[in-house]
Formats: sequence, structure tokens, C-alpha cells
Amino acid sequence: MEPIYVPFREANSFYRNLYDLFAEWSFWGVSPIPDWLAYFLAGFLIVFAVVNTVVIVTTIGTWVERRLIGRFQSRLGPNRWGPWGLLTPVADAVKLLSKEDTRPEGVDRWVFNLAPLVFIVSPLLVFAVIPFGKNTYIANLNIGILFIIAVTTVPTIAMFMAGWASGNRYSLFGAMRGVAQLVSYEVPMVLSIVGVLLLAGSLSLVDIVEAQRIPFILLQPLGFFIFLLAISAEMNRSPFDIVEADSELVAGFHTEYSGMKWGTFQLAEFIAPFGAASIITTLFLKGWDGPLLPSHLWFFLKVCFVWFVLLWIRATLPRLRVDQIMGLAWKFLFPLGILNLFITAAEVLVWETPTTVQLWAMVGINWVIAIVCLVAVSHLMSDKLSTRAPLAPFPVRVRRDLREVR
Amino acid sequence: MVDLSTEGQLDTVQMMVNMGPQHPSTHGVFRMVLWVDGERIVDLEPHIGYLHRGSEKLCEGELYVQIVTLFDRMDYISNLNNEMIFCRAVERLMGLAVPERAEYIRVILCELNRVASHLLFCGTFGIDAGAMTPIMYAFRDREKIQSMFEAVTGARMMHNYIRIGGVKGDVPDDFSQRMGALLKVLRQGINETDKLLSFSEIFLARTKGIGVIDAETAIAYGMSGPSLRACGVPMDVRKDEPYSVYDRFDFGIPIGEKGDSWDRYYVRVEEMRQSMRIIEQALEQMPDGPTITPSRLVLRPPQGEVYVRGENPRGEIGVYLVSNGADKPYRVKVRPPSFCNLMAIKELLKDTYIADAVVILGSLDIVLGEVDR
Repeated sequence: MEPIYVPFREANSFYRNLYDLFAEWSFWGVSPIPDWLAYFLAGFLIVFAVVNTVVIVTTIGTWVERRLIGRFQSRLGPNRWGPWGLLTPVADAVKLLSKEDTRPEGVDRWVFNLAPLVFIVSPLLVFAVIPFGKNTYIANLNIGILFIIAVTTVPTIAMFMAGWASGNRYSLFGAMRGVAQLVSYEVPMVLSIVGVLLLAGSLSLVDIVEAQRIPFILLQPLGFFIFLLAISAEMNRSPFDIVEADSELVAGFHTEYSGMKWGTFQLAEFIAPFGAASIITTLFLKGWDGPLLPSHLWFFLKVCFVWFVLLWIRATLPRLRVDQIMGLAWKFLFPLGILNLFITAAEVLVWETPTTVQLWAMVGINWVIAIVCLVAVSHLMSDKLSTRAPLAPFPVRVRRDLREVR
Repeated sequence: MVDLSTEGQLDTVQMMVNMGPQHPSTHGVFRMVLWVDGERIVDLEPHIGYLHRGSEKLCEGELYVQIVTLFDRMDYISNLNNEMIFCRAVERLMGLAVPERAEYIRVILCELNRVASHLLFCGTFGIDAGAMTPIMYAFRDREKIQSMFEAVTGARMMHNYIRIGGVKGDVPDDFSQRMGALLKVLRQGINETDKLLSFSEIFLARTKGIGVIDAETAIAYGMSGPSLRACGVPMDVRKDEPYSVYDRFDFGIPIGEKGDSWDRYYVRVEEMRQSMRIIEQALEQMPDGPTITPSRLVLRPPQGEVYVRGENPRGEIGVYLVSNGADKPYRVKVRPPSFCNLMAIKELLKDTYIADAVVILGSLDIVLGEVDR
């Protein structure tokens, strides 16, 4: 499908400017930096900047998250270090770095040490293909979304490495749950993305943003809903945090880690919501595009909003049980994903080049279908999800005096 | 044709998981050795005694007035109820009359303690089910109750306020107004926690139909209190054998339907509301007068034995007290509700998931200080 796609695009200005800077740098007419080095330096600097920006934003994000959850829970949150507790992340990092790095006996040393590194690479790699603003991205991969799907599965390997190498049964449980959860949720996640791909006609994230005449959340409400649930499950965020369910498995796969290794796991887990928010912004919220404000700011604001919604869900909901989570994926999200795919495909076939009116007709149809499906399936599922009977009000039979006893 | 059966090829074994004593949700130092098949619990072996301090034996070496402090430390979530049951035992043994006003103060504080205890339960039960916010709401409200206790008794916990023959001292002058304000705040807080957790679809899925026990089995195991009432048995010592001034109040005994974890949870939520009704009535009826019957510091109850029952937040507590006429009791035996409720754990956890084990254990609301004594 070609229509919503805008083929013309400037080159990546972000990158080109840096390259020009290095390549044209000269002393008395002699350029000390050869072409290939300028190319490398420009690339390196950009990656360096992006990785550090992500990590710094995440570090501040941990503070914001803790403060916000504090507000959600009618308490203050961290407020000791620096103004409003802003230096709390620094204090945390110093504490973690100076902590003893214990390694229990009987662990598989290499795998144990490698797991945190593998774990943190993937959420950072996600940012390689995300367009942060107009013409601002590290790489415009023509299979960008495929890359993201592939990369987001990597933490599971790290999770299993950590769980297996720890030699702790709780860790092993966490790892087992993590793998099972990933296998289940990868399917609805990919299905929900395919709807977007059909509309955009491209796998490149840069193209997907530009293909959105109106945000795809309007055209793909069902897909958005499935994707939000699936990505929450992939990140092991509440209500799908069975992998490290603290009340059941102590800390899941990183029970045996301490010091900065644990810190690395934690950092990766805090980066993941930002990565997920970036993906959701790019796929469903029209990416960096918006009126008046600069594109980078728009992107940041949207990411923050999605991140806040994820946080909100985390602060509100209890955790599902492991079999209920699998049931949700296979009995609930999987059929809905297929339905969404069929409907979107049919619409793309019927309206090959939709006019504005047709586009809004699509929006209406999809929202009606989404709401009907969600209500219907949730009524069905509320029985199937658990073994309980349909919801009935609690009968408080109040006994007034002794005669009513027997 | 590909042979897909794994019989004889995959060697699966049951795994032993040691849950506790250092586990975040065994509510203290309870230890369960679970044998699991995947996530499913096949067998379990509960171990108790990690918090055993020999309270009952210690009682035999202390003066009667000192023992009250030991009772404070048994069920440390509902101190006042525990103080009251021991004082009642000694009073019954000695035939000591308690002033009316003291009885009302006792009832008000005990019911307030029941609310505090159940609030703590609602919060920790939310944590067990994976919700991290309800506990903060519960603690916010419980903190106000603790402040109230501090204003009346001088301590947040371990009050030693209820004394043999009455209470330590009179309540503050503005007690009624402060109580009225507190009850209003508590009502709001309980409704808020209720809205956040009780009917959440996920919470229902986690607790409905989990850990079901029928009334007969529950009685056979000696369960009592909210855990038994959740099975539909309207048993409450405050109604069955009204002690203190409980027969003067109009209050209901909430009971459950199926005896599952959710019923055990919601019975407690409802009980908080009933407790507040009792407090309101008691505040209205409270007479003036002395707050303690003067007695000697070193009490020597006559030779004899006595068994008294009372309704603690966790269930029926009983104290069996034997005196040989000396200044120290000959024997003190406590029937701890937590211990008796915990006995059913093996029945309840049969064929459930690990995640359910946490919820079911949480729904019994045990206090290890009381289980082990």
C-alpha cells in the first residue's frame, strides 16, 4: 500500500553535519582526518551521545518514577539528597558501586558475570532505529521494526543465563517464567505490529512515522491495546511482573546478584519502559511529528506521556498468576490480534488510497470493532481467565443476635 | 509419523523449594518446604518455631502485673486485645470487678486495634497479590490509629495500658472529638482501599476460588475468627459468649460464602466497618467514673484455674491460667488463633500454584509472634 507513504525525505542531517565537521577540518589546507575516520568519529559520537542521553534520562527517570509512585501512594518519595531529592540516583549509583560484589558458591562464573551485560545491551539497541526527531536517527534500517522485535527478545536469554547460572531455585523459576512469557507474548506483539505495517507499507520506523497522516492509534485501537499489553509483558512490568514477582520469587532471576551487577539489571529494567514508550510513540502516536513545538521536544513529550501511563498501570494493578498470563496471551490477545490483522488487511484492500473522509470512516469502524471485541472478550474471559464464577456482589449476611445462629 | 510423546525420554523430577524463613511473604519467619512439579505444589511441610521465645514459660516467672507486657509481645499487631484477654483471666480468677468506664475504654481501644490489624492485613494481602499501592493507603490510615494509641496509652505498640482491674489512666479530655474525626478519616480510607483492591478484576482472578475450605474442615482444624467466618460460620465470641460490654452494642458479624481467599479478605474489610460501628456506640454510651479498681501491686489470686475466651482480630484467643496462690502464676497456656488457623495450611495449599501459596498464606493473616510465642 503506497498512499499514506511520503517518499521524499532529507538525508539524516544530524549525522551529515557531524561528518562534514570532521571531514572539512583542516590545518593549512591539510585535512588530518581521513574520510573513513571522519565517518567513524561521526558515527561513534552520535552513538555515544544517544546511549548517554538514554542512560541519563533513565537515571532521572528513576527519580521521577519513585517520586510519582510516592504521590500515587500518598507518600513523599525520595527527598533527601539534593533539591527535591534530585541527587538520589547519584547516591544510589555510589552506593551500588561501593557495595560488595558477592558471588555465591556453585555459580557458573562466566555465565553469571555475562548475564547483566547481555541484559543491558538490548534495551539500548532499541534506540538505534528510533527516529528521535525530524531527520534525527542513528540508522534508518529498512527492516527497523523487525530489528526491534529481534532485539527485545534478547533479555530473555540474559534472564535465563542469570537464572540458570545462579544455582538458586527462585532464580530458575524466574527464568522459566520469563522464557514462557516471552514465547507467549511475542506472538500477539508481532500480530499487532503487522497491522501498522500494512497501513504504513514499510518496515522502516522512519517511514512509518512519515506514513502516519493521522496517528495510528486512531486507526489501530485494537492493535495498540494488544501491543501495550504485550510490551508490558515483554518488559516484565506490572501486572505481568511474574518473572521477578517479589512476593513469590524474592527477586526472580536476579536474586543472587548484588552491587553493580544488580544495578545493571535494574538500570536495564528502567531503560526498558523508555524504549517501549519510544516504540509506541513511533508506531502509534505519529512519532516526532506535531504542531508548533520542535520535533525532538514532541518526541520527548510523547515518550514521557506513554511512560507515565505505563507507570500508572504499574502503581495500580495487582499481579496476574503465571497460568493466567499465558491464558491471556493465547486465549485473548492472540485471537484479537488475528482479527485485527484481518480487518486491517480488508480495509487496506478496499480503500487502497483513502481520502480523508475514508480515513476517518476507517477510524470509526476500527474503534467500534475494538470496543465491541474488548467488551465481548473480557466478558468471556473473566470466567475463563480463572476458575471463579461470574462476579456477584458480596452477601454480607449480618447476624444481629444469638437466635439467628442455629 | 513423528513420535511426539516424551514418555521415557524426558526425566522430570519434583523440585524442592524452601520458602522461608527468609522470604518476603511468609509474614515473619514461617518456613514452608514445598515440593513442586513445575509451578504446581505437590506437597509441603510447614516449619514453625523460629520466633519461639518461650512466652508461656516466661509467664511463670513474672508477677501478674508484669505478664501483661509479655502478652503485648505475642500478637504484636493487636497488642491491646492480647492485654485484655490476660487481664480478664486474672480478674475472673480473683473476682475483681472492672469499672464501667474502663470496660468502655477497653472495648473502644480493642475495636480500634482490630481496625488497625485488619488494615495491615488488607495492605499486606495486596502486596501478596502483587499490588504495591494498597499497603501505603492502609499504612497511612493505620498510622493515624497508632497516633491515637500514642495519645491514649503513651506508646504506639506494646502499650501495657490495660491493667488488671481496669486501664492505666483515663483517656484525654478531647478523646470523643478526636475519635469522631479519626473514624471519619478511617471510613474514607477503608473505602478507598476497598475501591482500589477489592473488586479489581485481576485481584478477583487471583483470590476467588483460591484456597477454598469448607466449614466442616475448617472447624475440624480449629480455625476461628475471620478465616472461619469466611466459610459461612457466624461464630464470634463477642456474640456467642458476650464478654466485657459487648452485649450492649448493635453490630453484625459478616460471613463469607465459599470460604476462599477473597471471602477471607472481604470479611475483614466488612469487619472494620462493624468495629467502627461499635466504637461509635461505645463513645455515645461511655459513662463517667473511675477507670481502675485499686488493687495491690503484688497480686495473689486464690488457688484455682480459669479459662477465658475472647475475640482477637485473628480469631478466638483463649487463656488458661492456673494459680497456686502465689504471686506468680503456676501455668499460663494460650490458645493462639494464628497457630490454629495455620494448621489448615496443608489442606489449603493442596494442588495450587506457588503464586497461590503466597496469597493463601496471606489470607490466613498469621502473626508469627503468636504462632511461636
